[in-house]
Amino acid sequence: MPASFFDVDGTLVRTNLVHPTLFYLANQPTPWRSFGSMARAVARAPRMALAEMIDRRRFNELLFAAYEGISRDRLLLLADEVFDGVLRSAVFTGARDLVQRCRAEGHDVVLVSGALDFLMARLARHLGATAVIGNRLEFRDGYATGKLERPIVAGPEKARLVRQWAAANGNDLADCFAYSDSYSDVPMLSVVGHPCAVNPDLRLLKLARTYAWPVVYLGKRPSAMAGLLERIP
Amino acid sequence: MTTSLSRPPDSSERGAGDSQSALVSSESSDRSRATRAHPLVVTIDPKSAPRALFSGDELREIDLPVGSRVIYPRPPIDALNDADAAIRYALNHPLGSDPLHAKLWPGMKVVIAIDDVSVPLPPMRGPDARERVLTIVLQMLADHGVEDVELIVATSIHRRMTAREVRHVVGDRIFKAYWPDRLYNHDAEDPKGMKLVGTTSEGEVVELNRKAVESDLLIYVALNFVPMSGGHKSVSVGLCGYRSLRAHHNPRVMRECWSYMDPSASALSTSVDRMGRVAERALNIFHIEMTVNNRMFDRALGFLTKNEDDWSTFDRAAYRTLSATLSRVPQAARQAVFERVPSPYGITGVFAGECEAVHAQTIARAYAQYLVPIHGQADVLVCGVPYISPYNVNAFLNPLLVQVMAQGYLFNFYRGAPIVRKGGTMIVFHPCTDQFDQSQHASYVEFVHDVLPRTRDAMVMHRDFEEKFASNPAYLEMYRRGNAYHPAHPFFMWYWGEAGRQHLGRVIVVGADNDYIPKLLGWERARNFTEALLMASDTKRNPEITMLHVPPIIMADVTA
Repeated sequence: MPASFFDVDGTLVRTNLVHPTLFYLANQPTPWRSFGSMARAVARAPRMALAEMIDRRRFNELLFAAYEGISRDRLLLLADEVFDGVLRSAVFTGARDLVQRCRAEGHDVVLVSGALDFLMARLARHLGATAVIGNRLEFRDGYATGKLERPIVAGPEKARLVRQWAAANGNDLADCFAYSDSYSDVPMLSVVGHPCAVNPDLRLLKLARTYAWPVVYLGKRPSAMAGLLERIP
Repeated sequence: MTTSLSRPPDSSERGAGDSQSALVSSESSDRSRATRAHPLVVTIDPKSAPRALFSGDELREIDLPVGSRVIYPRPPIDALNDADAAIRYALNHPLGSDPLHAKLWPGMKVVIAIDDVSVPLPPMRGPDARERVLTIVLQMLADHGVEDVELIVATSIHRRMTAREVRHVVGDRIFKAYWPDRLYNHDAEDPKGMKLVGTTSEGEVVELNRKAVESDLLIYVALNFVPMSGGHKSVSVGLCGYRSLRAHHNPRVMRECWSYMDPSASALSTSVDRMGRVAERALNIFHIEMTVNNRMFDRALGFLTKNEDDWSTFDRAAYRTLSATLSRVPQAARQAVFERVPSPYGITGVFAGECEAVHAQTIARAYAQYLVPIHGQADVLVCGVPYISPYNVNAFLNPLLVQVMAQGYLFNFYRGAPIVRKGGTMIVFHPCTDQFDQSQHASYVEFVHDVLPRTRDAMVMHRDFEEKFASNPAYLEMYRRGNAYHPAHPFFMWYWGEAGRQHLGRVIVVGADNDYIPKLLGWERARNFTEALLMASDTKRNPEITMLHVPPIIMADVTA
């Protein structure tokens, strides 16, 4: 049976990893703690911006350090609110249809995201996806340490996790599909037989055109530059 | 009626200063043909000028062997003096139906379906014929208190028309009032948007657009560009989905079409008619069909439709200028030039009412414009493949569509017997460039580069590959929300060439810029027309040669 692997941020939803994190930081037990957490996050912002340009995995580590000290109970308690307030409304028009069509064709649908696993589980239920490969926070005594469990789901690691998942579930990768918006996911897109660029950034769009991968726009129109690229023979 | 190769010519493609072809025919055959030929069938003699033809978006001249026939298009039928009056007359005096106004009541739901951008080719200079009809029909609906009106572009599994294209077809006023909530493209893959209407006696499933099915009245506005369009095809194909199309868009049915352009001899048409009758029984449908003449080129390019022997000095200068310009500018510029020049087609007929009564009239009008009688089949058919097809409006004519144009359309422009004999040769001119518009023809790339290298057998494709493509979620998403053709479409395009493929012995392409695309298509490649003729004479010595001087459209009415 084929499987369809979906990147999430920018592919199925218009938010990114930062939005749920801000929600959590803004909803600490006391306003002072919220203020402190936000201030620390702002202080880390330049490093995160730099890391985003250089190494996606490093960016994830810096971002999730903001969760340090938040209890597991609180994270799970607020998870439904984060989903309803941040993620649900950010799902692209057509994203659910696409996932449902994959399911109708008998595919396993796996969300492969750098976002936190418990949030992705809620999104998976909403979209009708069957499984989640997401980042997991490390906890000690019921509190987040600010570190991620290994492996960190980002960049080339996604490709390895997809391969591993397919091997464990009996999927022939040649028959599988993968969807992403980002050039950083080219490794994941390259391991399946049917890669597809969704709302691609310019680097991914160029690559998709070179290899004649399908290009899909969910919930948004191509940028002017992307439109121009599409017209050039 | 024989043409003999007396000695091998140096070159029969006329570049600057090339000599007239050395191919000579027997005089008796010339005389016999000349006495019987229609004035639009020109027999090449030693003094004949070279013939001009399209090779994609460029022009070429060739010297045909003496004795070859060239079939020219009929002159354009005069357009109606007052098309609006003709439309009103047709609506008020329909064939086999009550007048449109008698079918209306306040509060009813009306859906108006219109043909998509695949007709006419190139798009018509504004106002498009559909805009004229819609303007009058919408006014009539408003006058009768009908407010619940939706307009659907009947794309079937063609690509969605862009807003700009829809605006061109329906005009600014209607576009502003209805787009996008009440004027939109049909979506054959919307799970909630399709409804089963019934099944024919042959088991063909009739599944149509739900809005159309659930309306109180469906008005279909068709622009009949070729005889195979319109009639039952309007509703039962234009508003259907993949499930229904499979019934007739398959190699088995395509092999039984002699030709697509002659509904009485086409299994495709027979199947479509059966399905259409099921739709007619279940729905309340009012058909409006229009015919246009073949005035594809404006006066400045009118020489392209004329017998080259009759070209004036001005015509020849215009040809040389155009040809030189096209050969010097990049492909994108050539495409842009052709895309931006709409054609001055004129409306020649408007008919309304019951489907079959209406369609009989439009077919007769289409034949009056396109049919040219010819006696006897040929061994070799020569055609230029132009830059446009129904499936590449505002896009590049990719290799699969070149195949469709050659073995699908050009081969099928006949009534009676095929222009070329069974096992004969077709010589086509096209660069066959390995290029695709990836927005419109995404799934075509995989078809050409993954399916064709494995098999050219349409039956095997149909059995082993078609459904996999047709259910590909990524391609389907591009069809539903982008402007891509449905992923089953490249298969249908291959099947479209099936009748030609089964009939022809070989296809030789002249002017291809690569070896592998012709090979993938199952064609041979010749460096020039002379070589192509010599290759063709391997199959049949002293071949009889006929050239179809398209565009604009010609149908050869062939008596064997």
